[in-house]
Amino acid sequence: MSDKNTNIIEISELNKWYGDFHALKNINLDIKEGEIIVVCGPSGSGKSTLIRCVNFLEKFQEGSILVSGTELTDDAQKIRKIRSEVSMVFQHFNLFPHLTIVDNLTLAPIWVHNETKQEAREKALKLLDRVGIKDQAEKYPNQLSGGQQQRVAIARSLCTNPKIMLFDEPTSALDPEMISEVLDVMIELAREGITMICVTHEMGFARKVANRIIFMDDGQIVEENDPENFFNNAESDRLQLFLNQILTH
Amino acid sequence: MPVFDQQETRKPPISQIGAILWLKTNLFSSWINSILTFASLYLLYIMIPPLLNWMIFDASFSFGTINFFGFEIKFSEEMATNDNCGRVGACWPYIYEKLYMYTYGFYPRTETWRPNTVFALTGLLFVIVPLVKNYKYKNRVTLSLIILYPLISYILIAGGFGLLTPVDTDQWGGLLLTLIIASVGIIVSFPIGVLLALGRQSNLKVIKLFSTLFIEFIRAVPLITILFMASFVLPLFLESGNYFDKLLRALIGIALFQAAYFAEVVRGGLQAIPRGQYEAADAIGLSYFQKNVLIILPQALKISIPNIVGSSISLFKDTTLVLIIGLFDMLAMVNLTSNDPYWLGRETEGFVFVTMVMWAILYTMSRYSRKLELRFNTENKN
Ligand SMILES: Nc1ncnc2c1ncn2[C@@H]1O[C@H](COP(=O)(O)OP(=O)(O)OP(=O)(O)O)[C@@H](O)[C@H]1O
Ligand SMILES: [Mg+2]
Repeated sequence: MSDKNTNIIEISELNKWYGDFHALKNINLDIKEGEIIVVCGPSGSGKSTLIRCVNFLEKFQEGSILVSGTELTDDAQKIRKIRSEVSMVFQHFNLFPHLTIVDNLTLAPIWVHNETKQEAREKALKLLDRVGIKDQAEKYPNQLSGGQQQRVAIARSLCTNPKIMLFDEPTSALDPEMISEVLDVMIELAREGITMICVTHEMGFARKVANRIIFMDDGQIVEENDPENFFNNAESDRLQLFLNQILTH
Repeated sequence: MPVFDQQETRKPPISQIGAILWLKTNLFSSWINSILTFASLYLLYIMIPPLLNWMIFDASFSFGTINFFGFEIKFSEEMATNDNCGRVGACWPYIYEKLYMYTYGFYPRTETWRPNTVFALTGLLFVIVPLVKNYKYKNRVTLSLIILYPLISYILIAGGFGLLTPVDTDQWGGLLLTLIIASVGIIVSFPIGVLLALGRQSNLKVIKLFSTLFIEFIRAVPLITILFMASFVLPLFLESGNYFDKLLRALIGIALFQAAYFAEVVRGGLQAIPRGQYEAADAIGLSYFQKNVLIILPQALKISIPNIVGSSISLFKDTTLVLIIGLFDMLAMVNLTSNDPYWLGRETEGFVFVTMVMWAILYTMSRYSRKLELRFNTENKN
């Protein structure tokens, strides 16, 4: 369905500093529509920073990022337009605790996309049904388990029909028995052809759905490959070491 | 595998429950604690009986006429005078006689129904707001109340507009004026305070600098100074000859003063909101305005309620300072009437009375806020 030949995201020569600290070094990355990218690497390697640049939660000092043809600049209008097409799922869910589940979902459709309350609510309930928690719609976030909250967060980011979804370690704050319920939802999304960038250490997930896996270390992209070669023919020592650590425990 | 007997349920040992335990743990847990307990009991013993004697047992109650919110209640045909009351106890008929002035100041006695209606409306407001909580159009109701209530109150009290006899602000006084100054001060300063708090956190350097300077300046100056400035310095900036109402000047000063305090209280609430909330709001594409109104402020204000109320209570108490610039609030009225040559030596009654009224109002306020807090909290629990 999706056009496999257009780049929906083009990152070139991207450099970012936090004060004096060089957090991203010369990142070049093109992502095609419908591609599933998994980003992994040791803690502090800049994975979060990279995907947070894509929806401009972080500003960068050098280089450029194009999202569906629009270049990210300080222009607030443009940023809002891009953010309405790119949605993000956070490690700690970041649901709005003062709003019910369904109100969490309808917020952006009503206020950013000018949908009517009725439309937004119907769509929200449909999405909640899809992630398997329709019966919790009127509850508040902290009445739900971690896994349920993360599924709500995914539903919330789907509510605006995004073209691109960013995941920042969506399962790493979850108890082990809840991880698979969230991964199942993500796998289903991946199969529907939405463009995804996932920072995750769930290598089973990566193997199953990723088109490309990116390994970052020290603010750089060290290796990038399809799952098959990524796991079996790691070229750099650093990736080899990382894989050994992550796969053997 | 060992098998255990079913254990029977027993009551806790007698020394571990009830009044004796309570006394032991709370009043006599150590010898220092015991000394303190006896000392406090002794203090109460020397203070309470004389106070009760003065206030109740030796006091005079039943002469003269009381004017209670404009209704005259006659206690006896005997006129209340200073000599009718003994010198041993309190002379409450003095309060009866002055009650009208304590309540309304110099407000014309023929127009008492107007402030009374405002008092009644205010009471009604506290009843209505919790009632419409679950009503479908609660936002519309609340919004119209926010606009209508002050408007109606102002028209009723000030008159004019060809409807009611105008009553000059010089004639407003007593509890009425205290309530007006406190509520206008709080209501006007609150939105300004919220804006200042947001301003102080803003990325726009000019706005941030302005907010910070304003807040820090005001907080480093006593309210009295601000009241003096408002009443003597403010007119200098305005065109001379342009009469500028004394009450209005005081209100401007008080509102600016309180805004700085509210700003700091709200800023505390803002700082307690996790960064993730801002990021999530940004990530779904909300504008700065939407982010604050829909996500950040509702949460920040909720946690600030106790401090907002605390700060409001302080302001309420501080309004008594307006007597310095010649406004006659309740305390100023008490002070004024104590000079009445027919009632020499009765100032104590007046000050005890004003203390009790202030206490009743402020205690109610803090209880009410406690209820508000609990109500908001239930959202997050089962
Ligand atoms: N706001 C910030 N200010 C200063 N330094 C930061 C900030 N955010 C991140 N960093 C630094 O930038 C580097 C990359 O951070 P980043 O969060 O992108 O790492 P990560 O790969 O996501 O790590 P993790 O797996 O622990 O989430 C780290 O060294 C971190 O200390
Ligand atoms: Mg991270």
